[in-house]
Amino acid sequence: MTSIPPTLHENPWFTHTVRIADLIDETEGVATYHLVVIDGNSSSTYEFVPGQFNMLYLPGVGECAISMSGDPARKDGWIHTVRVAGNVTKTLARLERGDTLGLRGPFGTGWPVAELVGNDVLIVAGGLGMAPLRPLVYHLMNHREQFGKIWLILGARTSEGLLYPTEYAAWQKRDIEVTLTVDRSTAGWNGHVGVVTQLIDRLQLPRPERTHLVTCGPEVMMKYAAMSGLRLGIDTRRIWVSMERNMQCAAGLCGHCQLGPEFICKDGPVLRYDRIRPYLFVEQL
Amino acid sequence: MVTPVSPIYFAKSQLQFLIDVLRHRGYSVVGPTVDQEAIVYSEIQSIDQLPQGWTDEQAPGHYRLKKRDDESLFGFVVGPHSWKKYLFPPKTTLLSAERTESGWQFITRSADTTKFALLGVRACELAAMRIQDQVFLDGPYQDPLYRERREQLFVIAVNCTQAASTCFCTSMKTGPRCEKGFDLALTEIDSGFLCEVGSERGREVLDVFVNLARRASEGTSVVSNTDNDNVISPSIDDATPEQLRLAENARQQAVAQITKHMETSDLPGLLLSNLDHPRWKDVGERCLSCTNCTMVCPTCFCSSVTEVRDLNMDRVERERTWDSCFNPDFSYLGGSLVRNDTASRYRQWLTHKLDGWHAQFGTSGCVGCGRCITWCPVGIDITEEVAAIREGASP
Repeated sequence: MTSIPPTLHENPWFTHTVRIADLIDETEGVATYHLVVIDGNSSSTYEFVPGQFNMLYLPGVGECAISMSGDPARKDGWIHTVRVAGNVTKTLARLERGDTLGLRGPFGTGWPVAELVGNDVLIVAGGLGMAPLRPLVYHLMNHREQFGKIWLILGARTSEGLLYPTEYAAWQKRDIEVTLTVDRSTAGWNGHVGVVTQLIDRLQLPRPERTHLVTCGPEVMMKYAAMSGLRLGIDTRRIWVSMERNMQCAAGLCGHCQLGPEFICKDGPVLRYDRIRPYLFVEQL
Repeated sequence: MVTPVSPIYFAKSQLQFLIDVLRHRGYSVVGPTVDQEAIVYSEIQSIDQLPQGWTDEQAPGHYRLKKRDDESLFGFVVGPHSWKKYLFPPKTTLLSAERTESGWQFITRSADTTKFALLGVRACELAAMRIQDQVFLDGPYQDPLYRERREQLFVIAVNCTQAASTCFCTSMKTGPRCEKGFDLALTEIDSGFLCEVGSERGREVLDVFVNLARRASEGTSVVSNTDNDNVISPSIDDATPEQLRLAENARQQAVAQITKHMETSDLPGLLLSNLDHPRWKDVGERCLSCTNCTMVCPTCFCSSVTEVRDLNMDRVERERTWDSCFNPDFSYLGGSLVRNDTASRYRQWLTHKLDGWHAQFGTSGCVGCGRCITWCPVGIDITEEVAAIREGASP
């Protein structure tokens, strides 16, 4: 099973006031926010399971679901990497340090950190899909001795879209094998060009029966990553995907995020591949 | 645990005392009334507001009120309203946001103190309430407003004594007999009602009601018969075997009138394993995507939140309203719509209602009330659609 949420507020609509303590521009249209709870109810311990998300609320505009992208061991705020996509994220992008907004969470299932213990881990991220995977990378690094081999395959359209580039060296130092690829080469890129599956297919897994594949990115990428994983001998019950749907209440009460029998907000966003596969690529489901 | 009480019989006019007792206890009593040429639920003070002498004629895409040849108070089935509008209101404010000098402040809505007593809840509607309880109360998150209202709710069920052509509660095993989930349950016979008790709270109210009704009728009797101190009003008492038999006959009449059937043995599983069935396209061409079926459905629970703001944007309210999977933007995701045609929306509704619901809540989402059939402007019949999918289904 995926990990269950560590905290549930009695009222799912209960909203904290958070202040933007810091913000970092990552790439074009993508920024990372450091949010601190300031509403006196700051009993918030910023606890979460890697893979979970919060609802960010811009009054008058609306809410959007954004996964945590910081270190789960860090207790000084919420870290969210956000790409400008709709009205809410557009408005968020206009805010500055010191501005306030609303936040409720954490919600959803996380990556199966307990089940990964003692196993090898293959992480496949596409574009902004790296954001919900970074807390997992931190977790694996924080408890490095508990895990076997770790590979991180990160792909993006161009090298500009490769998130958190300044951190790769530190990750590699903790014995995480980081490989990068881009769909399209631009000036200054000397690395691999092509889709992530090409890099997966090249891997020689020393013990596929003890390997988990965790992936987040565009659905079509996750599909092919999972298929490559299966070819390498990874069991369908050891493949984990993070899904995205229209999440509004985040608590399984409003119905919007359903995919087949799953509420993506509550049963997901992290789902085991065998559970979600029948519904993954049915058109307009 | 409620110790069984043998059913009480009381005359029709006595029902007013029950309403009085509940209103005296702070309940807002809600019951069926005639409005806009339909039987709909609204607050009542008097039994005169009940649809006395009216019945409803229903068929796919068809609903008409008709005069009965008797004075029955509950001689109809179900109308376009369901009780969910009281427990899960069509519009409610979840949160207020206020801009202050130190930034946005958020105030979750205060506790709800409205106490409702529902009069005239049918067996299929009791089942619908149990289903919504699972949705709103049994998951990892509870809906606070629903919980507050549900805990205070007083339910007076009324057994059906007739069925519409659209009813199929027997297929869904939800009726027509009211078996659980009520405080009191009535069965209407010619002269009055038989009343069963379903909860301690129901018994308490019944005791007060019986005393009140007896005193009132004794008062009348004392005037007319001053010699007799032991007048026991014939208008309220333990039901006689004859009255019990009449009530059973009346309830059996509803069973006998049900003609519609939905096969459920292969649900769940049938629909989610036939996502490519040609029938989806077929029904997608008939369906208007009008959302009527989801609005009248007593279990549909989808909602969305709207930002309601003042002109300065200093105060914003988050208002939750009923939503429908038939609304195009229901499936909005990242700038486009996941379900971009009517067939995919109908498929979502039906697979959720009859199939996915089992995985989510351990029960079907359908109670067989037939509202979606009656109120569909083009008369799409859920039971026929399921049967058509079954034909030519992949194994």
